[in-house]
Amino acid sequence: MGWINESIVKVKKLVKKFDRTVKVVDNISFEIERGKITGLLGPNGAGKTTTIQMMLDLITPTSGSIKIFGKNVAQNREEVLSRVNFSSPYVNLPYNLKVWENLSTFARLYNVPNPRQKVEELAEFFDIKELLPKITSSLSTGQLTRVNLAKALLNDPELLLLDEPTSSLDPDVADRVRKLLLQIQKDRGVTILYTSHNMAEIEELCTRVIFLNKGKITDDGAPRQLVRKYGRKDLNDVFIAIARGE
Amino acid sequence: MKWHRVQAILIRHLYLYQRSIPRLMDIFYWPVMELLLWGFLTRYLEKAGLGGVNIVTILLGALVFWDLLSQGQRAVSIAFLEDVWERNLLNIFVTPLRVSEFLLSTVLLGLIRIVLAGAVISILAYLLYQFNIFTFGFYLVPFVLSILLFGWALGLFTTGIILRFGSSAQVLAFGFIFLIQPFSAVFYPVSALPQSLQYVAYILPSTWVFEGMRRVVATGSLSLPHLGMAFVLNFIYLGLVFWFFYAMFSRVKEKGLLLKLD
Ligand SMILES: Nc1ncnc2c1ncn2[C@@H]1O[C@H](COP(=O)(O)OP(=O)(O)O)[C@@H](O)[C@H]1O
Ligand SMILES: [Mg+2]
Repeated sequence: MGWINESIVKVKKLVKKFDRTVKVVDNISFEIERGKITGLLGPNGAGKTTTIQMMLDLITPTSGSIKIFGKNVAQNREEVLSRVNFSSPYVNLPYNLKVWENLSTFARLYNVPNPRQKVEELAEFFDIKELLPKITSSLSTGQLTRVNLAKALLNDPELLLLDEPTSSLDPDVADRVRKLLLQIQKDRGVTILYTSHNMAEIEELCTRVIFLNKGKITDDGAPRQLVRKYGRKDLNDVFIAIARGE
Repeated sequence: MKWHRVQAILIRHLYLYQRSIPRLMDIFYWPVMELLLWGFLTRYLEKAGLGGVNIVTILLGALVFWDLLSQGQRAVSIAFLEDVWERNLLNIFVTPLRVSEFLLSTVLLGLIRIVLAGAVISILAYLLYQFNIFTFGFYLVPFVLSILLFGWALGLFTTGIILRFGSSAQVLAFGFIFLIQPFSAVFYPVSALPQSLQYVAYILPSTWVFEGMRRVVATGSLSLPHLGMAFVLNFIYLGLVFWFFYAMFSRVKEKGLLLKLD
């Protein structure tokens, strides 16, 4: 069963300094197993977004290596990115375009074989069919999140990087999104790296969490394991303990 | 270079244009207004007997060429700014899209805009002022090509600046070209400039195009040295500007600004 535990991401001794002094990401190494949902946790400014952006070759690391599918990302950008996708509320789809125009633009960018069918299939899955002819700017946050996730699945990614995807959603919509993500992971075996500040959500989704604080990995393990290790009642209290350095 | 990706970005812009009146106006409004202004002025000059025989051809010809230059530049800068304004840049560069493909798509968008604007003002110039752009005959083609190349170079340059310094630098996208105008001998010959500024004029490909164009009107024949200089300078500028853009892009990735650009 070796392939089940195969690492899809290998990050080694990754460092990022934006100016000459402060290490925003400070010598972190981790691997991510194929087919799992892994949480990347940590207080604001811990370096989560920076790490994700480096994995997408949007930020150049100061040193260290990032391999996805066994390939160095910066040197194999095109190949790696065609099998990866990303979604976050801090990035917009062009809001002057209709939803279907946006989705078909990205379908073209990813060279999806049958774009129309793909867009319809995803629209069905995310329940956004009636939104397709609407102008993107007219959508609510919850609707936008689902459209963004549909965009992120256009290329059938093997690895999905989600940076606080539910941060601006009401509990009801957030719950729906979580259910959809679990289904994606189950049906398609997509590997997901997920950041969130909602610990209940993380406990529901992730089989493993990596704690990041001030650019360093401070802990790594299954949520339940960490709760036990720190002797707290839930992951939320563990988060607070780690963030405060208790 | 993958055509489907170039096409994707291009079509995304066309979606936008097809129902955006401000964007369509951006293509047609300025050229038409300028045409009216200069057209009536040349009419007046003609009637008052102030101008030479070719005054209409020279001024209106200069105007058409100037618009080609400014449209070429604006198209590239604005295509890029659309993605900055909509905070979409990150989404785009999370796909396998390459910088070169992105730039090519903006250049093609520029070409579409220019064909549209060029057609409209050429027709209007003919209808309103009986000015026929084909007076220049086939000599026109290499000069048009040359002015377009320079427009793209300018567009890529301003785009690189915006990429690096954010959209607060976007005034450049719209204003930079006017810095070039006085030195490009658009409406008057280089000899009208003071000696020291003439040196500046001669390092701009646009100058050679406008001088060359007047040569065609005056002598009816093509001046190869003018055309040659224009192309040589264009390729130098394009080379520099591509290098500049890639340098800015890699700087932006180092500083993590792709996400922060707005
Ligand atoms: N482009 C940048 N230039 C300088 N500092 C940055 C930049 N991006 C992020 N930072 C800093 O790096 C640290 C980590 O930021 P970030 O990765 O966004 O954290 P997180 O996503 O965990 O909240 C923060 O202190 C932030 O201010
Ligand atoms: Mg973040």
